[in-house]
Amino acid sequence: MADDATMNGVVLAADGLPLKASLNKAMRKSRLRALLLVAPLFIFVLFSFLIPIFDMTMRSVDNWHVSGLMPETTKALENWDGKALPEEPVFAALILDLKAGAISREIGKVGTRLNYEKSGLRSMITSSARKSKKVKEGPYKPIVLKMHKRWKELETWTVIKRNTSKYTIGYYLNAVDMKYDNKTNDIVMQPEERQIYGTLFLRTFAISLAITLICVVLAYPISYLLATLPVRYSNLLMIFVLLPFWTSLLVRTTAWIAMLQSQGVLNDLFVFFGLVDDANRLQLIHNLTGTIIAMTHILLPFMVLPLYSVMKTIPPSYMRAALSLGANPVTAYVRVYMPLTLSGIGAGSILVFILSIGYYITPALVGGTDGTLISNQIAYHMQSSLNWGLAGALGALLLFSVLALYLIYNKIVGIDNMRLG
Amino acid sequence: MNKILKLSALAVAGVAFAGMASTAQAVDLNVVSWGGAYTASQMNAYHKPYMKMNSGVKINSLDYSGGLAEMRAQTESGNVTWDLVDVVLSDAITGCDEGMFRPIDVDKEMAKAPDGTPASKDFLKGTLLSECFVPQIIYSTVFAYRSDAWGGKKPSTMADVFDTAKFPGKRTLQKKPVNNLEWALLADGVPLDKIYDVLDTDAGKDRAFAKLATIKKDVIWWTEGAVPPQLLADGEAVFGTGYNGRWFSAIAEEKQPFAMLWDGQVLDIDGWAVPAKGKNVDAVMKFVKFATDTQRLADQAKYISYGPARMSSGPMVSKHATLGIEMGPHMPTKYASQGFLTNFAWWADNGDEMTERFNAWLLK
Repeated sequence: MADDATMNGVVLAADGLPLKASLNKAMRKSRLRALLLVAPLFIFVLFSFLIPIFDMTMRSVDNWHVSGLMPETTKALENWDGKALPEEPVFAALILDLKAGAISREIGKVGTRLNYEKSGLRSMITSSARKSKKVKEGPYKPIVLKMHKRWKELETWTVIKRNTSKYTIGYYLNAVDMKYDNKTNDIVMQPEERQIYGTLFLRTFAISLAITLICVVLAYPISYLLATLPVRYSNLLMIFVLLPFWTSLLVRTTAWIAMLQSQGVLNDLFVFFGLVDDANRLQLIHNLTGTIIAMTHILLPFMVLPLYSVMKTIPPSYMRAALSLGANPVTAYVRVYMPLTLSGIGAGSILVFILSIGYYITPALVGGTDGTLISNQIAYHMQSSLNWGLAGALGALLLFSVLALYLIYNKIVGIDNMRLG
Repeated sequence: MNKILKLSALAVAGVAFAGMASTAQAVDLNVVSWGGAYTASQMNAYHKPYMKMNSGVKINSLDYSGGLAEMRAQTESGNVTWDLVDVVLSDAITGCDEGMFRPIDVDKEMAKAPDGTPASKDFLKGTLLSECFVPQIIYSTVFAYRSDAWGGKKPSTMADVFDTAKFPGKRTLQKKPVNNLEWALLADGVPLDKIYDVLDTDAGKDRAFAKLATIKKDVIWWTEGAVPPQLLADGEAVFGTGYNGRWFSAIAEEKQPFAMLWDGQVLDIDGWAVPAKGKNVDAVMKFVKFATDTQRLADQAKYISYGPARMSSGPMVSKHATLGIEMGPHMPTKYASQGFLTNFAWWADNGDEMTERFNAWLLK
């Protein structure tokens, strides 16, 4: 049966073009429309999220300072064997670089970079650059050696030579409490008195885990009540959950300070009821306890809401069925109801855990010394020490460990089982 | 349709042109400072009189919380929107070394004293430590204590701060090694002028941390300047370190039962730095010249208890503008002999290492 619309087995549309092509054309239009709809969000995410993350991650390995601002020295050091102080040509190149750096006023960046690896090199670089302006002619080696005592140390040159390469893992080493030994160039542990980031990473994960568990325990009964109570009560209860959620983070944190401090509301009550002695008021804030209490309160809604929306969808008839089939209430609850809420627990836990890993303001305000997290160190290196390379390395490690956890979660629980509503 | 387009294009061009014409005369200066009572004192003493005298200049006062992070971000992106920044000396030194700030020749570009003394001789000795910095005020980080904490006993030295048996109670200190290490050595018997010699040795560093460890369990660490007066007012702490201006407002304005312990005060200098790639450098230099002349610096002390950075301003400091208190006794410069200046060069070299060690020590 030959049809007008087929030619050599190709299905044709009414206008004589192959159906496949005109279908594609129509689809392309709607695909384009869909793309335009998501474009604003995509561009926003690109510029406010992906590019900054990429930029900070690049900074954590970028090591342009020495090669970029001291190009002559970098070239002259290429064949230096590292066994004794370099010879005259290196010093001549160094003077050239120092002079140029003093004029461009950028030599301080080299000093800052080198000082991360050996304390004292910052002032060596900046003061030598100032003095280099007066240097007229060689031999330069004795002149430079007189500029600062550290030029005579072999270690100084080892550090400079190591940092002539354009990329470094130095920041990552620092972020895991390791460093280069400046004498041998081997990678070694930091001296114990300077080891801090490993402890902080572990503590951040431990605190986040604790907060997540407390949130599950607290949120489960609340959500159950919310989901099972008659609407007029559950709405009121819902407002109690949401009201703090809508209040400013700073206000809530400061309120906890007023509640928990040793002359605060809670301690006053304890003393009033004779639970604690007036001289031995409990230290509930500016420490780990304060961080956990305040953060649990702040993150609780993120657990309640997914749990509630999952519980809301579980028909009460399931429980009734289990009971009528002979299960006692506890068995019915544990074996029928709870497994159905697992996806809500998963969603809530992953939300709370990831949020608390990156939490920063609350621990900074109420954390004291043992309640601060890795994010507080990242903020410190961004804002105060200006060591953006280290901040980038710490941030990247945090990001990768969260991604790793996410993958593990996906493997064990399955991300498709997660439900937010 | 086309007509409308043409018309609106014309209108836009007209507005743009008018805007260009007006910027030729008028200029907006973005002046960044610390906010609160401090910025208010600057607005009263510098900004308002200057805008009255120069009708074309509009000064926008912006707040920041210190540090060079934003300045560096602006410099690196090439879009510098700040015209003038109020910085502490240590930040001026770092920013100058990294090329963020413009070098200033104070003798050529800043005002002479009324008697003709060149600016470099009129600014207090030791304040011109960075070539990108025009000093403005001397402030100090200093201990205060609750005067009602121990009956009639009153602490008088740094050693008393570290003596928890004689003066029990919590101390609140800033959560950074700068100053705390110096104070620990001072309390341990090191004389004022030897502090940095001792701190430069490994044994000295150990000694400072060991002394600090003796009060570690009694310390509440603060990070925001508003916190220590609050902690003392709440009775959470009995000793606290803080900026002397904040203690002054707590004592003189809020009538808190605090007293100053000037022993071991750390004097510091705050002043102006001009971003090197700023858009209105000429206009802003004129403003800085005005704002750091003798009269203006003396005027600022009417509003806040920070000492003017010029010698010639000293005798002109008078009473507080609203409280009517004689400001002289509240100026840190009056007690200069009991304190010391932070050694910025030492901290520039050792700050990274000391901060790491300090943070690790806190965690132990």
